[in-house]
Amino acid sequence: MPVAQPISQTTDGTALSNHLFDVLVIGAGVVGCAVARRFTLEGANVAIVEKASDILDGASKANSAILHTGFDAPPGSLELDCIRTGYREYEKIKDELGLVQEKRGAVVVAWTPEELAELEGIAAQAHDNGVVDVEVIDSKTLRASEPNLSELALGAVMVPQESIIDPWSAPYVYLQQGLDNGAQVFLSCKVTGGAFDGQAWQLETSTGKLRSRTVINCAGLYGDIVDQVVFGETGFNITPRKGQFVVFDKAAADLVNSVILPVPTEKTKGIVVFRTVFGNLVVGPTAEDQQSRTDATTDSHTLKALIEDGVSKIPALAEMPVTAVYAGLRPATERKEYRIDTKPEQNWITVGGIRSTGLSASLGIARHVYGLYQSFGPEHQPIATPKRPSANVLAQSKERDWQHAGHGEIVCHCEMVTRREIEAALRGPLRARSMGGLKRQTRATMGRCQGFYCSATLADLTAGRFDQPLSTEIGLG
Amino acid sequence: MADTISNNTELIDVAVIGGGPSGLAAATALKEAGVTRVVVLEREQQAGGVPRSCGHFAFGLREFTRVLKGPEYAKRLVAQAIAAGVEIQNQTTVVQLLPDGALRLSSPAGANQIAPRRVVYATGVRETSRSSQLISGARVQGVMNTGALQSMVYLKQRRPFSRPIIIGSELVGFSALMTCRHAGIRPVAMIEAAPNPIARWPSALYPRLRGVKLLTNTQLMEIHGSDVVEHVCVAGPDGQTRKINCDGVILSGQFTPEAALARSGHLKVDSATGGPLVDQWGRCSDPTYFATGNLFRPVETAGRSWAEGRQTGRWVALDLAGKLPKPGKNLRLSVRDPRLKYTMPQVICVSNAVGGMSDIQMRVTERISGKLVANTENGPVWSRALNARPERRIEVPIAEIVAQIADGTVEFEIEGAAS
Repeated sequence: MPVAQPISQTTDGTALSNHLFDVLVIGAGVVGCAVARRFTLEGANVAIVEKASDILDGASKANSAILHTGFDAPPGSLELDCIRTGYREYEKIKDELGLVQEKRGAVVVAWTPEELAELEGIAAQAHDNGVVDVEVIDSKTLRASEPNLSELALGAVMVPQESIIDPWSAPYVYLQQGLDNGAQVFLSCKVTGGAFDGQAWQLETSTGKLRSRTVINCAGLYGDIVDQVVFGETGFNITPRKGQFVVFDKAAADLVNSVILPVPTEKTKGIVVFRTVFGNLVVGPTAEDQQSRTDATTDSHTLKALIEDGVSKIPALAEMPVTAVYAGLRPATERKEYRIDTKPEQNWITVGGIRSTGLSASLGIARHVYGLYQSFGPEHQPIATPKRPSANVLAQSKERDWQHAGHGEIVCHCEMVTRREIEAALRGPLRARSMGGLKRQTRATMGRCQGFYCSATLADLTAGRFDQPLSTEIGLG
Repeated sequence: MADTISNNTELIDVAVIGGGPSGLAAATALKEAGVTRVVVLEREQQAGGVPRSCGHFAFGLREFTRVLKGPEYAKRLVAQAIAAGVEIQNQTTVVQLLPDGALRLSSPAGANQIAPRRVVYATGVRETSRSSQLISGARVQGVMNTGALQSMVYLKQRRPFSRPIIIGSELVGFSALMTCRHAGIRPVAMIEAAPNPIARWPSALYPRLRGVKLLTNTQLMEIHGSDVVEHVCVAGPDGQTRKINCDGVILSGQFTPEAALARSGHLKVDSATGGPLVDQWGRCSDPTYFATGNLFRPVETAGRSWAEGRQTGRWVALDLAGKLPKPGKNLRLSVRDPRLKYTMPQVICVSNAVGGMSDIQMRVTERISGKLVANTENGPVWSRALNARPERRIEVPIAEIVAQIADGTVEFEIEGAAS
């Protein structure tokens, strides 16, 4: 039988089908990466499998890049608890892992008298949720802090601690810390079945067998399917919710200071106007329920409506060119809450339905899941002094690679990505194996020209590296 | 080599941002006018600009009175500049424009700052991306502009697809076709949303289209595929949508000035051209900066950009000698008609001194015959018959306008219908 080969060769590959991991994590999205890190730091021997060639390739590849305080999370919910714990841990580890956090705050803006009437309730809920510095501000105070906001804004709830972060460098370094401390990653490795013998799981994957005492399903958009193929049944059903986004030119970023939120509805947090740590201004997401787990198409009609929505809130956006558009899929289920389910007799935990707060809550979810595991799993000895890798430095507020001699050349001029950064992203166990992976690790081609200037150089630098090559040599194929 | 600037930053008279045809022409003209130290800052490995990656004819007729392929033309421009005494600093990126001409730079040696007396801003144009055109569909591999394809084919000897569809019939669409031929790529079709091809292609080139269908009145609706392009949906003249199988999409044309540095800095940008706001000398809102070439507006040929660069070089030399009038009393120009794309310049510095561009440049979005009118708050002050096509530049003598009105605002509009 074929045996899955680890990408980080720390174990003798031939012995792998006999190797028994303590914990196997299915899915290297932001939640899987955080879970793999937590279990590794607690002393477990961890494997993480991902069906795509690169990590963060499902729901985690497109989000709003906001670190939420939990001010608007359902009171008393597990989601709130995980967001709060996750936020605290992020603040604690961000410096040692080289992560960025811009605490720009958010304003929940009322545009109608009905919405204005809801503001006090939103503030009260925030206080109940433990976010005590939230307050209602009048339109004059709002305009003083957001001078480019439309004059139609009637008032707002101010949430000072809402932050923006790098949505990819964070989970990359979570998993990298796991790998540096002994975890193993198996990429292009899809789980196709599994059996529990009372002691341990034997999982069938597209690249061979893997054995582990405990399995944690963090398969995101495919969480229900993984439970289905292993148990023949699932406790929840994913209905992907598509969100389209429009990214405006960097010149637009200074039009807002904080995250501009609408008053939420029952179904969605609504369309947000937010800066990114890379210096763009983004408007989105939409909330479109669909059956497909892969269809992340954008459509010009919806994008134009998003632009209109942005312009209605920030009139000066009308003059700004669009840099990029994208769509993401959130793993929504038939219920709003997280679907975290433990099968202690079978050493299995399913972490499902992490709909839209995964980035904020992931570190908290990982701690919560470790707590669940302690109720049935063996005791481990936490690593006393774990290794601390450094995250990619891509945020505008940080000193970037191009500012340091010896970077080779600037390859992507719009995002100032150097040859040295590209080459680094093509090395190591989490190296980019697709253009999507390379973009998430370096931001190459994500700027104004969308690859007009650098595609040729990237095609050259990545030749022979990607499963789906950017180009072939003329004359050879 | 990368250290020459940092060792000697005090002495730069003029820094030229961008080593394409207009930047090299400006630098060469500056040296010829006797300016001591002129440095071209080129972010690519080599200067030469877009023609470097256009491995086809026809460049150079105006400049060298012979027909050259792009790379040969680029080499000659570089050699001419060096012979005139221009310093060319390759792999040097201007990161930020600061007031009074100070520039933040990055090169493989690290970050750096210079303070030349004047700056010529000559970063050219690029085609707009799929994203900024809001084209629907899956975000798959294999969608690119002509410029990216040309760099891949001519500079790296690589090809990204084998059966693409070409979108757009501006002149650059022909370059896309030629590039495909060179690389053994066989386009499945070329489509154009307008009723006629946009480019005024020399009729001798039409046979080159043989084997590639040109579908006019046809619009790209959606791009589809799972990882790479698998097909596109287009809407034809009958309004019906149909599928065309292909493995790539070449988005040609729809140029926009590469004005990122202006947008993220202190220079004013004209939203109609997408380039910096300029007066008839190409002076920007900070008068130590002079724009030139295709940064002015989309888009003219390399030869025309070169000629504009020569002019700019001479004007900057005059300015260094104190011979250009200071910005002051201004006439503002704009368009008030969706069929007029822009005016360039947008400001006329009205003074006793005569000079600068002789004409206001404009373009239309569609074929029009009618009357072009210059309006002021006191009514029309100038008009003339207009028979215009999108591919042709409209030129209005500045002298004729200034003879009628010397300050305030002039808005151009068209009286008459599409032809």
